[in-house]
Amino acid sequence: MTHVSATDLSIAMAIAGAALATYSLRLGGLLLAERLPKNGGFKRFMETLPGTILLSLVAPGIFSAGMLGGAAALATALCAWKTKNVLLAMIAGMAIVATGRLLL
Amino acid sequence: MFEEMRRGAVANLPVGASVAAYGSVLGMLAAQKGLTWMQLLAMNLSVFAGSAQFVMVEMWAPPLPVVEMTLAVLVINMRYLLIGASLNPLFQGKSLTHKAGIMHLVADENWAVTMAAYRGGGATTGFLLGGGICLCSIWSMGTLLGHQLGALVIQPERFALDFAFVAVFTALTVSMWRGKSDIAPWAAAAVLAVAAERWLPGKWYIVIGGIGGALVPAIQAVFQSKSTACKKLPETDSRRSIMEKTK
Repeated sequence: MTHVSATDLSIAMAIAGAALATYSLRLGGLLLAERLPKNGGFKRFMETLPGTILLSLVAPGIFSAGMLGGAAALATALCAWKTKNVLLAMIAGMAIVATGRLLL
Repeated sequence: MFEEMRRGAVANLPVGASVAAYGSVLGMLAAQKGLTWMQLLAMNLSVFAGSAQFVMVEMWAPPLPVVEMTLAVLVINMRYLLIGASLNPLFQGKSLTHKAGIMHLVADENWAVTMAAYRGGGATTGFLLGGGICLCSIWSMGTLLGHQLGALVIQPERFALDFAFVAVFTALTVSMWRGKSDIAPWAAAAVLAVAAERWLPGKWYIVIGGIGGALVPAIQAVFQSKSTACKKLPETDSRRSIMEKTK
């Protein structure tokens, strides 16, 4: 009985610890940004950050997806650029990869 | 607010299909490791971070390594510090309760969709929240279905579902392009991210690429202002205060 409750406690602690860690980072980043100076280098840094994070999220995935992935990513990017439609661009990219894997 | 939330939820639906498919894979793994569906749901609602949850489930073996698990989650989710910081302009003038309430439901996907829409002038915190609620519901449904029935899609690769994330983020990245001034920071970010992903564990590549790329224009700005600041140097506050103290 005591063993079961000890397990339950450690499960609760594991989930609570992960939740607290993640939430602190999310809210902490937002609150920290308010304290940063809003001029010069910091301003440029913060303005450029969303684009560089997004690119960093996706660049290794494209790179490791090989030729097919690269071609599909390029098609997705062109489609997004021309149509401004994320859904359409996503479907185009996925269709190329799915077809490519079927054939190759 | 409600209309904004609805728009945010709809804008996140495209990526929803792959979120559900990967959720079902996590659910299946969680069932194999002996997590109950209640524990999984609690994790979905309180942690709500896909890659961190995968690592937690992987480490899930009694006795639970609680400290190691928390540290692993902290490292994997370090990027949220940057993501949170980048949302600063969107939350301008909002109360602390508003910020504290909405930030919990910020994931990579609804953050990216919101930032792209914000660039185009069409996003609010309600849009961000709507996307978060949409993704959290889909993620929870996917994981619970996987837990009860097994993975919805056994080989997500066959349907290019693994590429869905790459495709969505690629399309969103395109909409963040501001012009030629982005060439240098973006090139730096891409090279750093690819190199870091290859040689460092976990999700450090997002943090390293994001910061490294954004530092490029920041350093340029510092050098530009230095050449003008040099002439004014004797009048800076610190010098003045030192002079007053010595009097």
